[in-house]
Amino acid sequence: MSAYNTIAFKPEHCDGCNACMTACATAKAGSADIINSRIQIVADGDSFELAMCRQCGDPKCVANCPAAALSKDDADGVIEWDGSKCVNCLLCTVGCAFGGIVYNAAAGHVVKCDSCGGDPACVKACERGALTYLTTANIYNEVGDLEDLFVPGLAGCQGCNTELIMRHTMRRIGPDTVLATPPGCIPGMGSVGYNGLTGTKVPVFHPLLTNTASMLTGVKRHYKRQGREVNAVALAGDGGASDVGFQSLSGAAERGEQILFICVDNEGYMNTGMQRSSCTPFGAWTSTTPVGERGAGKTQDAKNMPLLMMMHNCEYVATASTAFMEDLYDKLDKAIAASKRGFAYLHIYSPCTTGWRFPSQENIEVARKAVEANFVMLWEFNPRDGLKLTRDVDNALSIDEYLMALGKYRHLSGDQVAHIQATVEKNVGFIKGLAEGRHPAMAQAMSGRA
Amino acid sequence: MTQTEYLIVGASHAALSALQAIRMQDAEGSITMVTRDDALPYSPTVLPYVVSGRSAPERVALKDGAWFEQHKVGFIRGAAVTALDAAAKRAKLSSGEEIAYGKLLLATGAAPILPPVPGLKDVKFHVLRSLDDAVKLNKALPNTKQAVVLGAGLVGMHAAENLAKAGAAVTVVEMQPRVLAGYFDAEASSIIEAAFAAKGVKLMLGAKVSRCETAGQGVRVATDGDAALDADLLLVAAGVAPVTDFLAGSGVAIDRGVLVDDTMRSSADGIWAAGDVAQAKGFYDEAKTLNGILPSAVEQGRIAGMAMAGDPAVKPWPGGVPLNTYTFFGQQAVSVGSQDAGEVVRKEADAKHYLKIVMQDNRLTGIFGINVPFDPGVMWELILRRIDLAPVREAFIADPQKTARSIMSKTWR
Repeated sequence: MSAYNTIAFKPEHCDGCNACMTACATAKAGSADIINSRIQIVADGDSFELAMCRQCGDPKCVANCPAAALSKDDADGVIEWDGSKCVNCLLCTVGCAFGGIVYNAAAGHVVKCDSCGGDPACVKACERGALTYLTTANIYNEVGDLEDLFVPGLAGCQGCNTELIMRHTMRRIGPDTVLATPPGCIPGMGSVGYNGLTGTKVPVFHPLLTNTASMLTGVKRHYKRQGREVNAVALAGDGGASDVGFQSLSGAAERGEQILFICVDNEGYMNTGMQRSSCTPFGAWTSTTPVGERGAGKTQDAKNMPLLMMMHNCEYVATASTAFMEDLYDKLDKAIAASKRGFAYLHIYSPCTTGWRFPSQENIEVARKAVEANFVMLWEFNPRDGLKLTRDVDNALSIDEYLMALGKYRHLSGDQVAHIQATVEKNVGFIKGLAEGRHPAMAQAMSGRA
Repeated sequence: MTQTEYLIVGASHAALSALQAIRMQDAEGSITMVTRDDALPYSPTVLPYVVSGRSAPERVALKDGAWFEQHKVGFIRGAAVTALDAAAKRAKLSSGEEIAYGKLLLATGAAPILPPVPGLKDVKFHVLRSLDDAVKLNKALPNTKQAVVLGAGLVGMHAAENLAKAGAAVTVVEMQPRVLAGYFDAEASSIIEAAFAAKGVKLMLGAKVSRCETAGQGVRVATDGDAALDADLLLVAAGVAPVTDFLAGSGVAIDRGVLVDDTMRSSADGIWAAGDVAQAKGFYDEAKTLNGILPSAVEQGRIAGMAMAGDPAVKPWPGGVPLNTYTFFGQQAVSVGSQDAGEVVRKEADAKHYLKIVMQDNRLTGIFGINVPFDPGVMWELILRRIDLAPVREAFIADPQKTARSIMSKTWR
């Protein structure tokens, strides 16, 4: 069984221009009449809905076909229609609850989406990003057979994406690894283990918050001296990385130790009761930046950890989000390779369902909104090519859409939102300046900082 | 004696759907499928197209040997179950073989009913339920000059169309006052009847055959109205009935079909039934009824398979909704739901188009169309979910396809 690519529809980006339908009709029927389109956008007041084939995993159209004319292709997941077998009985249209296979009078038979062989015309025609062709399934097909290096049953909070980050990254990094998990959510959910058994299938240790990078330095150098190629990896929280752990991290980065340091950033000390860290953003509620008669959340801006790490001129530095897994995997691969040469730092954002106050099923959506609103930017750096954005920062979502999704910002005043908006804009300008090679911008910002 | 964890009797939609559901949950448990046809699995629904020649008999198989191998299924064809010992969990096949099973699915489908017409048993006639029947009819087509079809249900009407297209003079005799009475009202049926009349097919509606006798090489069919129809081909398409004869004395409770509960379980321990052979509750009426249609067979098979394999995700049978699609002379008729479980909120018909919408308490109970586009699967779901259409009532009545798609996209996308 494989995972498959799919066409995704975001109604909030659709303006009903019908370009997708025109493109489909043109590609499939040689006529621009949208009645021939296999993707149908339905206007519903001011919003738009979609009827098209979902390429179901257990397709009822196929089960309902008496003539064996429909079948699901194992390789690409597309439900294929064989005109030489179809008898025009229309029972497939009874099986489909999505309006995805429909009788077309001009063609004289049922028609359905075939994903244009992996290059859908409708997606290419959509200028507003309402339609996208998701290829994330490739990850599963590529790494699905790799061994999961954590035991089952890690005890994360409901809806937390940190377990996802841990399992994905370690699966890719592989078993020849010594893993450090300093105090934080990651050991908290059981990765270091209980009662003498580890929660991992690789050697794991639990350093102090302060010495993660120095201990890994020693481990890595020891194995190097023995002539063994071992990955030295840290899965640390933002508190452990940016606060008291920072001096050892900075030192290891400056020395160019061959370590892969992954910072899982949930913007605070979330497993010990949601205290603020230096990565907690301005205005955010935490238990140590309370909201009440006098308090209104954190009064300082977040420390920009990935930029600080970049300024160490590390072999590789990148930011990533679990809402953009292909990007994450791409960077993970580069980080693993870079850690064989020098210090690699990967900063992955991890929305905290418990500490940020949002419904547990919305983790990935929150992560996505953070990126889409430029609250978080996706970029990578190496000393040869400098900083490169891996996702366009133009046409951003309004910052309100991100802030409103989170309970920890519920109290924000207009002034506070304006401050956050200004910070985001400053960050975007700064990162764009770096990405465009405008070194003066970088110099200016740095002098402004000093 | 063969031992198998799951025994599936039958090899059409309900059986295959159950098999797939079992394999989703139980990848290894031994499965044996037995079918009385000496053929790879096929659908009775495709048979009219085998008759017409559109589908070659060797291309209608729903699954092949490689598929059975891949799913680790022992497939025994050309053997009917002749006796069942439900207490000992053993089935005896016509081949003499005995199979001991853990769980049994009865998906034996239905067989043609022969009406009690005097003389019928003594004349040559065709039925259309098996692939053999279809091949025989297909071979008879070129030599048929005059054909009589008893019954104006889906099978009879499909066959009449094929016979007419092959150049025969066709007469359809039907006791009901209209064709396809199970799915359409008089106005809708009249559009279909007109299309047949235009192609020269004679429809004798409200007529009853009183006698059949051999006349030369063919058959003479006499009706109550004293008409005498000569035919060189007689097709009996007077409906079907569940195949349950082998269950006599087995202890499995039978009314018209095998009585099943909402997970398709029969009265006997370890025995389920699905598809045309099963008698399950209706959607509009809790009374157990036969609803011998392909989409129901697929659903019931899936539920039975999940229940047999202990799949915790199994959801109870929501009740049978009568529905079907029917294409005739290039036109499309679709019937979803009940004609009389509510009030008619829209009805219009002309010579080529027909649309009727039936609702009760702002919920859709039925929608029927000829050459009017809507998505039957979406409508079926609207009915099953009893979706309150009050907020969009006018829009739905005006444009059911668009409004239903919009509801679908918002509700179960």
